[in-house]
Amino acid sequence: MSILVIAEHDNNSVKPATLNTISAASQLGGEVIVLVAGFNCSDAASAAAAIAGVSKVLQVDDALYEHVLAEELTPLVVANAEGMTHILAPSSTFGKNIIPRVAALLDVGAISDVAKIELADTFVRPIYAGNAMATVQSSDKVKVMTIRSTAFDSAASEGGSADVESAATAAGTGLSSFLKQELTKSERPELTSAGIIISGGRGFGSEENFGLLDEVADKLGAAIGASRAAVDAGYAPNDYQVGQTGKIVAPELYIAVGISGAIQHLAGMKDSKVIVAINKDEEAPIYEVSDYGLVADLFQVLPELSAALDNLS
Amino acid sequence: MKILVPIKRVIDANIRVRVKPDNSGVETANVKMAMNPFCEIAVEEALRIKEAGNAEEVIAVIVGDSQCQETLRTALAMGADRAVLVETDVAVQPLAIAKLLKAVVEKEGTELVLLGKQAIDYDNNQTGQMLAALLGWGQATFASEIDIKNGNIDVTREIDGGLETLSLKLPAIVTTDLRLNEPRYVKLPNIMKAKKKPLDVLPVDEFGIDVTPTQTILKVEEPPQRSAGIKVADVAELVDKLHNEAKVI
Ligand SMILES: Cc1cc2nc3c(=O)[nH]c(=O)nc-3n(C[C@H](O)[C@H](O)[C@H](O)COP(=O)(O)OP(=O)(O)OC[C@H]3O[C@@H](n4cnc5c(N)ncnc54)[C@H](O)[C@@H]3O)c2cc1C
Ligand SMILES: Nc1ncnc2c1ncn2[C@@H]1O[C@H](COP(=O)(O)O)[C@@H](O)[C@H]1O
Repeated sequence: MSILVIAEHDNNSVKPATLNTISAASQLGGEVIVLVAGFNCSDAASAAAAIAGVSKVLQVDDALYEHVLAEELTPLVVANAEGMTHILAPSSTFGKNIIPRVAALLDVGAISDVAKIELADTFVRPIYAGNAMATVQSSDKVKVMTIRSTAFDSAASEGGSADVESAATAAGTGLSSFLKQELTKSERPELTSAGIIISGGRGFGSEENFGLLDEVADKLGAAIGASRAAVDAGYAPNDYQVGQTGKIVAPELYIAVGISGAIQHLAGMKDSKVIVAINKDEEAPIYEVSDYGLVADLFQVLPELSAALDNLS
Repeated sequence: MKILVPIKRVIDANIRVRVKPDNSGVETANVKMAMNPFCEIAVEEALRIKEAGNAEEVIAVIVGDSQCQETLRTALAMGADRAVLVETDVAVQPLAIAKLLKAVVEKEGTELVLLGKQAIDYDNNQTGQMLAALLGWGQATFASEIDIKNGNIDVTREIDGGLETLSLKLPAIVTTDLRLNEPRYVKLPNIMKAKKKPLDVLPVDEFGIDVTPTQTILKVEEPPQRSAGIKVADVAELVDKLHNEAKVI
C-alpha cells in the first residue's frame, strides 16, 4: 500500500494536525509519502522528512501554491496520486476544502473525519454531530479521506530521515485568486493542539466581558475557545468556534464558561479528558458531560479563579 | 444570471438523534425533518443577490425522495422562483449527487451555485467541492461574505486561522458558513404563493448517471457516553480537585 498525505504547513513548519494524519497513515501500514506544496517551503519539507514513519517527501515549490488555492493544489495532488491506495489530509478547513475536490477529480467518493481505522477499506466516523458513529466500508479504488486529529496520537516530529524529492507538477488554472487574509493574532496556544482550553459562551453578554477570560487563560497557558452564540454575537472571532461546524478539540482540560451545552457544541469538545462547567443554571445540559461543575455567576467566579491560580503557583 | 441552490432535507437540528437498536442507522420514523440549516443560509443569500439586482432567477434543487417536495416548497416560500426534484429512493452519496447537480447546472445554464458547507446529518462537507471539480469551476468554501462585481465574485471565507478573501471568476461554486446571513422567516401568504410556483420532478433514471453507493455503512453505534461528574461548592474546591485529583493544572 502507498499512502499520500497532503501536508498542512506554513512553509516553515508542518502544522500539528499533519502529525496526527501521518500517524493515521502509519496505522494503515505501507509507504507513507508526504506531499509538501508551497512557496519557499524547503524548511517545511525538511521538517516533514524528519517525522517518524515518513518514507518519502515530495516537494513542490512554486508561487502557484503560496495560498494553497483548491483549484491549483488539487490537480497537483492528482498528478502525484498514481499508484496511491490512500490519500489523506487533516480534517481542518485546509483538508476539508481540498479532499473532496481531489476525490471527484479521481472519480471516487471521499470519507470525512475518519476517527478510527478498522481495516484498509473500513473506517469509523462520527455522523449527526457525533451522536452516532458509523462504520463505513469503501469499495473505491483509492480511499480519499480527512483525518480527525483528536482521534489519533501525533507522530513524533523527530526520528525520521526520509528523502525529499521533487513532486510531479501540474499546470495552473487561474480560476481563483487570493486577495487577503486576516488571521487572528494570539500569543496563546493553537486551539486544536492546546493542552488546556477555556471557552466562553453567550453568558458573557458582551465582547468586553469576554475579555475576562484572558487573565485566566494566560495563567493556565490555555487557548481560548467560544460557542457559536458567542461568535455570532461578535464576542470572539470565528476561528474560536468549537463544535460540530467549528473546531473539534480534545484537550486535557476543557473549561466551559457561560455555555449551555447544546449538542452542536458538545460535538466539538466531549472527547476532552477533563471537562469543567461554570454556569449559573444548574439544569444546563453542559453538566451532563462535565467532570466538575460549579453552579455560579461567571462574573464572580473568573476573578476568584484568577486569584486562586496565583496561590497555586 | 441564474443561481442554483442545492438543498438537503435532514433531521431538524433541535432533535436529539437516536441510534436504532439494531445498529442499522439512526431513528428517522416520525422524526421532525427540516431544511439543512446551511442550505437555508444558501437560499437566503441567493435571494439577497437577486434582490440586489445581480441575478434574475433562483432555482432550488434536491436529489431525494418525494417527501423532499415539502422542503422545496419551503425554499419557494422563502422566495425561490422554481424548484427541481431529482427523484430517487436511493440514499445517494456526495459524488453521485455532484454528478446529478452538474447535469442540472448544464441544463439550466446557471452561473453560480450556492450550497451549504455541510449537511448536518452525515456531516460530509463534500458536495460543493466535488461539484466544483466536476464542472472545472472555482470554489469558495465556508463563505461569510459575498460580493459580486463585473463577472467576478469576491468571497470571504472562515478558515482555521481567521478569515481569507478570494476572488473567483464566474461561473463559480460557493458554500455557506453560519455567519453569511440570517435566513428570513417564511410568511404565511408566501407559503400559499409557493404552492403555485413550478416544481419539476425528474426521475433519476433520466440522467443516465450511476448512483450506486460506493460506501457501505456496516453499522451505526452510540458513541461512548460520558457520565456526569460532581458539583463543586466553590472556586477553592474546583482548583483543589483540578490540581490534586485530576492533576490537570
Ligand atoms: C447548523 C448548526 C450548527 C451549529 N454549530 C455550532 C458549533 O459548531 N458550535 C457551537 O457552540 N454551537 C453551534 N450551534 C449552535 C448551538 O445550537 C447553540 O445555539 C450554541 O452552542 C449556544 O451557545 P451558548 O451555550 O453560548 O449560548 P446559550 O445556549 O444561550 O447559553 C448561555 C449559557 O450561559 C449561562 N449564563 C448566562 N449568564 C451567566 C452568568 N452570568 N454566569 C454563568 N452562566 C451564565 C446560561 O445559564 C446559559 O446556559 C449550531 C447550531 C446549528 C443549527
Ligand atoms: N441530496 C442533495 N440534494 C441537493 N443538494 C445536496 C444534497 N446533499 C447535499 N447537498 C448540498 O451539498 C451541501 C453539503 O452537503 P454534504 O456534502 O452532504 O455535507 C448541502 O448543504 C447541500 O447544499
